[in-house]
Amino acid sequence: MTASRREFLQQSAAAAAAAGLASSALAHPVSAAPPIFQGDPSHKELVLRAIDAAKAAGAEYADARISSARSQNIGTRERRVTNIGDNETFGFGVRVLVGGAWGFAASSNLTPDEVTRVARQAVAQAKANRAAMVKPVQLAPIHHPPVPNGVWRSPIRIDPFTVAIEDKVAYLLEANAAAMAAGARFVNSNMFFLKDEKTFASTLGTVTQQTIFRAQPGMTVTMVSADNRDFQTRQSTDIQPKGLGYEHVLDNDMKRHAARWVEEAKQKLTAKPVEVGRYDLILHPSHLWLTIHEAIAHPTELDRAYGFEANYAGTSYLSPPEEKLGKFRMGPSFMNILADRSAPGSLSACGWDDEGVAPEDFHIVKDGIFVDYQTTREQAMWLDWWYKQNGRPTRSHGCSYAQTWADVQFQRMPNVNLMPGEQDLVWEDLIAATENGIAIIGDGSFSIDQQRYNAQFGGQLFYEVKNGRITGMLKDVAYQIRTPEFWNALDMIGGKRSYELGGAFGDGKGQPAQSNAVSHGCPPTRHKQINIINTGRTA
Amino acid sequence: MSTPKSLREAIPAGALLSRAEAQAIVERVVKMSRADSINVSLGTNYNTNVRFADNQMSTAGSVVDAGVAVQSSFGPKHAVVTTNDLSEESLRRCVQQSEVLARLAPDDPEAMPELEPQRYVDVNGYMDTTANIGAAERAQAALTALAPARKAGDIKAAGFLVAGAGCGALGNSKGMFAYHRSTSVNYTLTVRTTDGTGSGWAGADHPDWKQIDFEKVSTRAIDKARSSRNPAAVEPGRYTVILEPQAVGDLAQLISGYADARLADEGRSPFAKTGGGNKVGEKIVDSRVTLFSDPADAQLLAQPFDGEGLPIARQVWVENGMLKQLQYSRFWAKKQGKAPTGGTTSLKMEGGSASIDEMIRSTQRGILVTRLWYLREVDPRTILYTGLTRDGTFLIEEGRISRAIRNLRFNESPLFMLNNLEMLGAAERLAGTEAGGAVVMPAIKVRDFNFTSLSEAV
Repeated sequence: MTASRREFLQQSAAAAAAAGLASSALAHPVSAAPPIFQGDPSHKELVLRAIDAAKAAGAEYADARISSARSQNIGTRERRVTNIGDNETFGFGVRVLVGGAWGFAASSNLTPDEVTRVARQAVAQAKANRAAMVKPVQLAPIHHPPVPNGVWRSPIRIDPFTVAIEDKVAYLLEANAAAMAAGARFVNSNMFFLKDEKTFASTLGTVTQQTIFRAQPGMTVTMVSADNRDFQTRQSTDIQPKGLGYEHVLDNDMKRHAARWVEEAKQKLTAKPVEVGRYDLILHPSHLWLTIHEAIAHPTELDRAYGFEANYAGTSYLSPPEEKLGKFRMGPSFMNILADRSAPGSLSACGWDDEGVAPEDFHIVKDGIFVDYQTTREQAMWLDWWYKQNGRPTRSHGCSYAQTWADVQFQRMPNVNLMPGEQDLVWEDLIAATENGIAIIGDGSFSIDQQRYNAQFGGQLFYEVKNGRITGMLKDVAYQIRTPEFWNALDMIGGKRSYELGGAFGDGKGQPAQSNAVSHGCPPTRHKQINIINTGRTA
Repeated sequence: MSTPKSLREAIPAGALLSRAEAQAIVERVVKMSRADSINVSLGTNYNTNVRFADNQMSTAGSVVDAGVAVQSSFGPKHAVVTTNDLSEESLRRCVQQSEVLARLAPDDPEAMPELEPQRYVDVNGYMDTTANIGAAERAQAALTALAPARKAGDIKAAGFLVAGAGCGALGNSKGMFAYHRSTSVNYTLTVRTTDGTGSGWAGADHPDWKQIDFEKVSTRAIDKARSSRNPAAVEPGRYTVILEPQAVGDLAQLISGYADARLADEGRSPFAKTGGGNKVGEKIVDSRVTLFSDPADAQLLAQPFDGEGLPIARQVWVENGMLKQLQYSRFWAKKQGKAPTGGTTSLKMEGGSASIDEMIRSTQRGILVTRLWYLREVDPRTILYTGLTRDGTFLIEEGRISRAIRNLRFNESPLFMLNNLEMLGAAERLAGTEAGGAVVMPAIKVRDFNFTSLSEAV
């Protein structure tokens, strides 16, 4: 890839704006003014108190996080508001390293005394864990000097919590009315917003304050056949969750799309059941992001490769690292996977990760070859040999994250993106070039084994492609793949103009299980001769 | 009722509310209300955990948290505000904010009046034996897996142990009040062989720390890992399958997610009837299958009320293969002239008398499955799910386990599976319930289980 990540995003934004795609998150100009933290200034004193208490109790390293997160959820069906809910969660967590063993404690009671008690409890936890320790934890150095007053804020235009509830309700009910007018049998719609104010300090001298926003509007239209034998839904997967504010809702007016979603749900009722066999698959970005998430992003988490997730999320086919790094061919030479936590509007964007590291953009796959894993400070040390071999410094990629104050931070994926190809191809070009294929739009069912080899994916809409044209809609379609073969069957890829961000809030990993929010950017792709099954059965 | 002194050693002050403390908070919040009515839901919990992998401790933690949800209503307008801060100032803000939002909400044509005071069955799910354990005992429990694994050299252990205590309480302006406190212990262990070809899983779950046999769980996972080494590939297809209780639960507990009466009556459920209405009263699975919820069942010990405060007593969903009941919300029950069922906090399938050994002995050719993984809905019309076997999958030939086999992907519905029932074993409490809640399931033997592809994953 020739362009840097940032240049690429700027070009994409310009292209999107030129094409009149006001809905693209990339089209929003990012304010150049330095952000100001509007959270509680006393939090800074309390995180410093926590790390001092931990040090006094014997910790060789400590970090503390205070988070005040507010979320709002509004749900409707047809002409009715089913729920309006505001949720606040507030508390702090302290993580310590004592004699090479981790301890963590957290509490929702944010008083100076409780901060001290929790810091000491974390140290006691770490001391208890030393009994079963084999290798002491070592942390990689941070590639930048300590940041004593770091401030970062999601690049939003409208804080969702300043928008009146009546306006939000009216937006959803108008969208529902548009769906009902178009003949929807049932329609559900909702919007969800998050604002998380996080204050962090570590014994290395870093203190950061960040305000993270996320927004997700959504709709599901359901159609039922006249005889009650069949029902089909269409979810609004063309509107993806973003790390944005209320402008994301306004820029994606569901009212304008509702009639089309109804029409598509109707078509699904009478669509032709797919014939099993091998087809060339053309995958839209609104679908492909999830395949990237499951089959590339998860197996390149370094803790999985070393077995640390064996009891829950699983391990990885990209293991052991010494046999895979620099050697394993993920796909064709035009396949590049770049990770970032910088794309404006993406769900994992931040200024610093949850151990005070400024994330960097990094290649996971370069020219088709697997070259790096996602890491934290602890994990980067495990790949010391690889970075030395390549003349690169051993340092974290900034992938530490905890879902709330109550959870210990660990390695979570950044945005993991499939970069566009050199040729200026778009979705229609891939269809025009395909003789016998199936085109899939929107994400649906997804399942993958614990080492990320065998996967099965559904979708929202499936189209039969014959001789370069869409010839009709199909139903009951799922594809089953073996991951390495699937990416090596990639033979066409869209260009910059066709690159889009998809993503999700509910990415689970860890015990206790934690949710991560992450985006995946990609252009459309074509994969040769993929196994299609028919999932329709009758009760 | 005050908290026993012994608990203070393990549980930080204020982390677990007694009935009187919870009731005092609920009543205080109700008094703050200026709305026509108010519903208050309150919970606190204290959880501690240890996690280990690669034969060493990885993380440990303890968390104190609380939550309160306030729903204010003005006639048919209502809204909910929640917070985890139980301070006076925060509770007042929460009430005021819910009133502000409720006034802005449009009229809800389905709004239901507040519940009158209810009677609940008495369930004791709180064990001092769990509440009192500390960091050293948890680390000791982890060593039941770590010590043999380190000594053996051919295996790696990864596990998670979480123990906690918590309470939930509900109240409203009509004087309804419900309170339940509970403890929980959940231990799961995955053991992998260092040659990378074998993996075994075992787990245990109970409110009572003393009921968890850590040694037994560890031994079982280690044995499974070693016996699953060097798996052979078998052709995907339809097989007679013996599913251990965890694997049965992985699929069978999905049924409750589809048991809503309204969705069935609206024609968008597997329990919708062709031509209209729902399938209550129809035979849907083998006549030996009975599925029910019962908070007071000795194996379940669950909360005896749902999120609205409706009492949950024994409720049979499937009786001798017949769909006996669907879940009715208060609104839908009123509209359809039925009784509301409340939500569920537990699920149990009645067991039979066959042992897993007997099931194996009676099988000419089949597959034994330890557990299932990454189950996702493929078709809501039939509860068709896809997923894979994991951590111990074996071929049965001529009445005995002949060898370990590679994992398989299935596309199968719990309804089809329970129609193809051949044998039923004893029901046991499951450790691997991702959605939470108490689940008790038997081992079963079924025919024609649909495997659609092979996986190389170990």
